Amino acid sequence: MIVNQFLVLAALLFSIGIYGVLVRRNAVLVLLSIELMLTAVNINLVAFGQYVQDALLSGQVFALFVITVAAAEVGIGLAIVVLIFRNRSSANVDELDLLKW
Amino acid sequence: MVMLAALLGAPLASPETAHLSDGGVLAQWAWLIPVVPLVLMFGIVFFGKRLPAGGWELAEAAMLFVAVYGVALLIMNASEGITYEGSIEIARIGSYVIEWGWVVDGLSIMMYAVVGVVGLAVFTYAKGYMKGDVRFTWFFAAFTMFAGAMLVLVSSANLIQLIVGWELVGLASYLLIGHYWEDHANNAAATKAFLVNKIADVGLFIGVIIIAVTVGSFRFTDILNAVAEGDSALAQVAFWAGLALFIGAMGKSAQFPFHVWLPDAMAGPTPVSSLMHAATMVTAGVYLVGRMFPLYQTAGFAVDVKAIMIVVGALTLFLTGLIALVQDDIKKVLAYSTLSQLGYMTAAMGAGAYTAGLFHLFTHAFFKGLLFLCAGSVIHAVHSNNMSDMGGLRKLMPWTYRTFLVGSLALAGIFPLAGFWSKDEILASISFDSGHDGGTIATVVLVAAIAGAFVTAFYMARAVYLTFFGEYKGHGHPHESPRVMTYPLIGLGVLSAVAGFANVPGVFTGFTEWLAARPVAMGDHHAEAINFGLAGIGLAVALLGVVAGTRLWKRDAATQQARDTFRIPVLYPLLANKYYIDDLYLKGVVGPIKGPIARFTNWTNTYLIDGFVNAFAAVSVFLSRIVYHGLDQRGIDLAFNAVSSATGEAGDALRYTTSGKIQDYAAALFAGAVLLVVGFLIFT
Repeated sequence: MIVNQFLVLAALLFSIGIYGVLVRRNAVLVLLSIELMLTAVNINLVAFGQYVQDALLSGQVFALFVITVAAAEVGIGLAIVVLIFRNRSSANVDELDLLKW
Repeated sequence: MVMLAALLGAPLASPETAHLSDGGVLAQWAWLIPVVPLVLMFGIVFFGKRLPAGGWELAEAAMLFVAVYGVALLIMNASEGITYEGSIEIARIGSYVIEWGWVVDGLSIMMYAVVGVVGLAVFTYAKGYMKGDVRFTWFFAAFTMFAGAMLVLVSSANLIQLIVGWELVGLASYLLIGHYWEDHANNAAATKAFLVNKIADVGLFIGVIIIAVTVGSFRFTDILNAVAEGDSALAQVAFWAGLALFIGAMGKSAQFPFHVWLPDAMAGPTPVSSLMHAATMVTAGVYLVGRMFPLYQTAGFAVDVKAIMIVVGALTLFLTGLIALVQDDIKKVLAYSTLSQLGYMTAAMGAGAYTAGLFHLFTHAFFKGLLFLCAGSVIHAVHSNNMSDMGGLRKLMPWTYRTFLVGSLALAGIFPLAGFWSKDEILASISFDSGHDGGTIATVVLVAAIAGAFVTAFYMARAVYLTFFGEYKGHGHPHESPRVMTYPLIGLGVLSAVAGFANVPGVFTGFTEWLAARPVAMGDHHAEAINFGLAGIGLAVALLGVVAGTRLWKRDAATQQARDTFRIPVLYPLLANKYYIDDLYLKGVVGPIKGPIARFTNWTNTYLIDGFVNAFAAVSVFLSRIVYHGLDQRGIDLAFNAVSSATGEAGDALRYTTSGKIQDYAAALFAGAVLLVVGFLIFT
């Protein structure tokens, strides 16, 4: 099996994710972009898991863990976004500049 | 619990002890004897004032414990003979081991029993005597410490612990002699006792150092085994070591010329005098000589010290006995008689009579404790120490009179009371010694000892007549003391009467065997049968003293004329001034120290030592100025300021990068990750 095609796909997805995180203003879309990056990682894990023919299927199992953690993370993230929106009537990331000196 | 387990450690088996019992549980737990009084002392200090009897009950409980334990051991020792020794290591300095030990053998058991029984009587009595004293609780704390310290001393299995007990006894005696510190004279007496003891202690320390360095151990068993094996290194230094130890013993046991502290120590409350003269403190010196006895007795070791010992003992017993004849203070009469009796004990030790010397210590403890308690009872009633304020108390204080009479007759050595047997045994031992090692010296000492017996009876007769006969000369209305004071008198009176039967040569030699229960042989001589000739002479001389005393003082006491007829021209002033020894010390020792030596020390201190210190300080100040202005202000501070201002400015410049925009931070994060990956790829 050739692993390259999967790696290219994962790299593309990861780059799109980074672009989204850095450029999009809406916090929901930033979270979605983070999910894209995690998906890229999952693809890598499954691809390499299949490639090295691990008897324990470590890569695939690890991907399952990542999916679980990602679900938890996005749940908390969306809850934060909702609260911020209620407070400030806006979910735009560039308006949240409280972390400065 | 670990401590407890260590305390219960296995006994030190010794081949010589095979025929003796190790005492079993009773001996293994004997470490409690010194520990219980010392622990209860702290109980009195911290909780005494809250207790119904002001801490007295704790003190009494301590002495009851010691008395019961001591008598139980004594009975066990009488039936099977105990030698046991336990030790716990406390510290190790090089090859020297510092230990806490407790020795349970004939000698220490005798001392436990004496301290416990006499202590019990005295503590009971002291409750009545000290009633209403402002420092009642404090007194019993110090008093318990006094007894506890003596028990530390007699229970010790090594010389280091002995010194600890020795010094604690000194401290407790200082506190108790100065109990009435409102009066300056009492402070001076306490200081005098402490300082005289301290001078003699130098001897003890030197002796301990010589022995420890030579033998390599502080343990009595090791030292005495070295003597038994004829250790040649120890034999070479034995004379000086033995002499130095004996000088220490002379201080505590108040032998001539260190005797001066004891009469002044009468400044303390009477129960203190009683315990000090009977069981604790002054017996410590005789005990030390008894503990180290084989060192003095074994040929090739410190045998020559015995000649010094017997001469010192004889001088003390005769000279101080005479001073007792001219004292008006009843406690001082008894104090000088104690000195005299201690002289007998020392002379007996010097004659190589281990048993006789310690037997006299044993009987003397009972009748001298009794006599002091009687004197205290009288003083309590008439509020004066002076016999010129007493007289005619026979009818007013019947129990005090009866017990004082028993004590006096026992002290005078009248058959069949305790003093007769022990004094006779000392005379017999000195007589035996004059036929063997002692030679002419011992013969002269024998004469002095017999003359001393006469003097003893003489001054005790005087004390009895002046105190209890004739008309009352003092003020107020004296009455018999309360029962808490008279019962101990009766108890000690019975013991004074019967204690002598503990050792009747040829008939019942219990005491000799009790004392012989030691890991090593003592090598002393004890009489196989009563020496009827010497006993007769001793008794005749004592009776003569009583008769002479009666003739001189009974009529005086009755007519109240010239209370003291003992005013022989040259002798009287000599005795009244105590042979001018105190004046000699004052002019010859204290004077120079207070005068030129103190001035010289002061001058040295002010000009030499202070000058050196001041110069040193000035140089230090000068150097530190240079360091401060040059190095500190210019060099180190510059560096610190540079670092801190650089940090501040860098912070000012960099704070604009914290824009607060999350996406900027995320971009920086990714840029950093990329840089790391690139760097990783390049450098590997």
